[in-house]
Amino acid sequence: MSKILVGLKRVVDYNVRVRVKPDGTGVVTDGVKMSINPFDEIALEEALRIKEKGGATEVIVVSIGPADTQQQLRTGLAMGADRAILVQADAAVEPLAAAKVFLKLIEKEAPQIVLLGKQGIDDDNSQTGQMLAALWQRPQATFASKIELAGGKAKVTREVDAGLETIEVDLPAVFTTDLRLNEPRYVKLPDIMKAKKKPLDTVTLASLGLDTAPQFKTLKFEAPASRTKGIMVKDVGELVAALKQKGLV
Amino acid sequence: MTKILIVAEHAGGKLNAATAKCVTCASAIAGAQIDIAVFAANAGDVAAQAGALTGVKKVLKIENAANAEPLAAVLAPQVVALAANYTHVFGPSTTYGKDLMPRVAALLGVGQLSDIMAVESAYKFRRPVYAGNAIVTVEAPQDKKLVATVRAASFQAAATGGSAAIEAASVTVDLPVHTRFVERSAAATGRPDLQTAARVVSGGRALGSADNFKIIFSLADKLKAGVGASRAAVDSGYAANELQVGQTGKIISPELYVAVGISGAIQHLTGIKDARTIVAINKDSEAPIFEVADIGLVGDLFKVLPELEKALNG
Repeated sequence: MSKILVGLKRVVDYNVRVRVKPDGTGVVTDGVKMSINPFDEIALEEALRIKEKGGATEVIVVSIGPADTQQQLRTGLAMGADRAILVQADAAVEPLAAAKVFLKLIEKEAPQIVLLGKQGIDDDNSQTGQMLAALWQRPQATFASKIELAGGKAKVTREVDAGLETIEVDLPAVFTTDLRLNEPRYVKLPDIMKAKKKPLDTVTLASLGLDTAPQFKTLKFEAPASRTKGIMVKDVGELVAALKQKGLV
Repeated sequence: MTKILIVAEHAGGKLNAATAKCVTCASAIAGAQIDIAVFAANAGDVAAQAGALTGVKKVLKIENAANAEPLAAVLAPQVVALAANYTHVFGPSTTYGKDLMPRVAALLGVGQLSDIMAVESAYKFRRPVYAGNAIVTVEAPQDKKLVATVRAASFQAAATGGSAAIEAASVTVDLPVHTRFVERSAAATGRPDLQTAARVVSGGRALGSADNFKIIFSLADKLKAGVGASRAAVDSGYAANELQVGQTGKIISPELYVAVGISGAIQHLTGIKDARTIVAINKDSEAPIFEVADIGLVGDLFKVLPELEKALNG
C-alpha cells in the first residue's frame, strides 16, 4: 500500500485579472472564478501518472480552506484521485501552519510521496513544501521538472536559475512541481459523475489541535505603481536615436 | 539590536549578485549589523568577495566537504545553528534561496516573509502577491526571529570597497544523507547571466522557430546583453527553459530590456516591471507590451532586427 498525498489549494483562477479592493483590505474575490492552483494541478497529474505506472496504489488529495474548497477537491477526484480530505479553515492559513496540517495527515496516512505545487499563485510564497519536508525531517525536491522513481529512491531534475540540477532523494520525500513537469489532463464528464461517489472527508482545522495562528499581520493591500506609457517610434533610425538620447547605446 | 545574517549564494567560486542585493536590503534597516555566511567546501574566494561588500561587518566561512553543493536539506540545519546569534536571517529570492530559507524557517519554528521589495522598518516590509498585481505591507512579530527572502530585482547591488573580517565558523550538527547531488547542466553561453545582466534582449512566439531565435542571440551579442524568452517561446521549444522571463520564470530588472515579438501577457510583464527602459518591437500595434514600453516600434521583427544591428554598427 503505497500512497501519494497531493495538496490542492483553492485560488483565484489564473485567467482573472486580480484587482485590489478600494479600501486596501484585500483583493476582489466576490463573484471571481476560483480554481485549483495550477502548480497543484501539475502535482496531481504527476501523482496519477505515478500510480498508473504502478508506483503507488492510492492518490489522496488534500486541501485546507473554506467549505467551498470541496469544489476543487471534486475536480481533483474527477481527474482521478481516489479520495479527498478537506481540512476546513475559514481564515487564511500561513505556509508554516499548512505544513503542520500536512504533517498531521502524513502521520495518519504514511505516504511515500507528497506532491505540492512550487507556489500558490495567490500569495506567491513558495514555502509550504520546504517547510513540510523540514518538519517531517525528510528530503525535499523543489521545482521538479522530471521525477524518476526506482528502488525507494527518486531522481529529480529541478529547474534552477542556472539551468537544470539533478538530485537523488530517499523516499519518503516531498516534491514541489514546476511548470514543465507535465501537462495536466482534462476532466471528462463521466469522470465528474463518478467523482461524486468518491469519498471526501471533512475535518475542521481546530480538531487537529495544532498551533496555526498567523504570525504575520498584513496591514494593507495596494495596487502596484504602473509604468507610464512611453513613446512610439516609426522606424529603426528613430529607435536608435531614442536609445542614444537615453544613453543606452 | 538588529543583527542580520545573510546566507550567501555562490557557484564556481563566484558570489552571486543577488547576495549583494540582500546586503542593500539589510542596510535599509536602521542600525543593523550585517554578517554573511558562506557555506562551501572551500569558501576562500567567495568569502573575500562577500567581505568586500560595503556594509558587511563579518563574513563567516563554514567549510565542509558536505557543503560543496547547495542542498537545502544539508545547509538548513547549519544555518539554524548560526541563527542563534541573530534577529534576522535573509537569503536571496532565487531558486537557491527559495529552496533553502523556508526549510530554515520551519526548523526555527517561525514563518517566512518571501520576496521583500521594500523595507519600512526592521519588522515591516512590502512584498508583491498575485504575481505583482498587488503589493502588501506586512508586519512580522518582534518576539520571533525573522526569516526572509529578498527580491533581487527590487534592490541595487551593494558597492564593493569594504573590508569585513573573515572568520572560520564551525557548526556541530548532524547533516542528513538522504539527499544527494547528482549533476547540474547549464549551457555555457559566454553571455551575461540573464538574472543580473544590465541589458537583456528577449524573444517571443513571433520568432516562429528555434532557428529564427538566433537573431535574438545575434542582437544580444551586439548589445552585450543577456538573452531571455517569453513563456510562449519556451513552451514552443524556441528557447531553453532557463531563459524564461516572467512570473513563472525569472524576474529581472535590467537597465535596458528589448522585447522582440512578445505580445506582453500579464505573466511576462510581471517579470520585467522593474526594468529601467523597456523597448518593444512587435508587428501588432495593439499588443499589450506597448502599454508598458518606454519606446515602441511597430514592425516586422525579421526586417527590424537586421536593420537595428546594422544601425548599431554604424
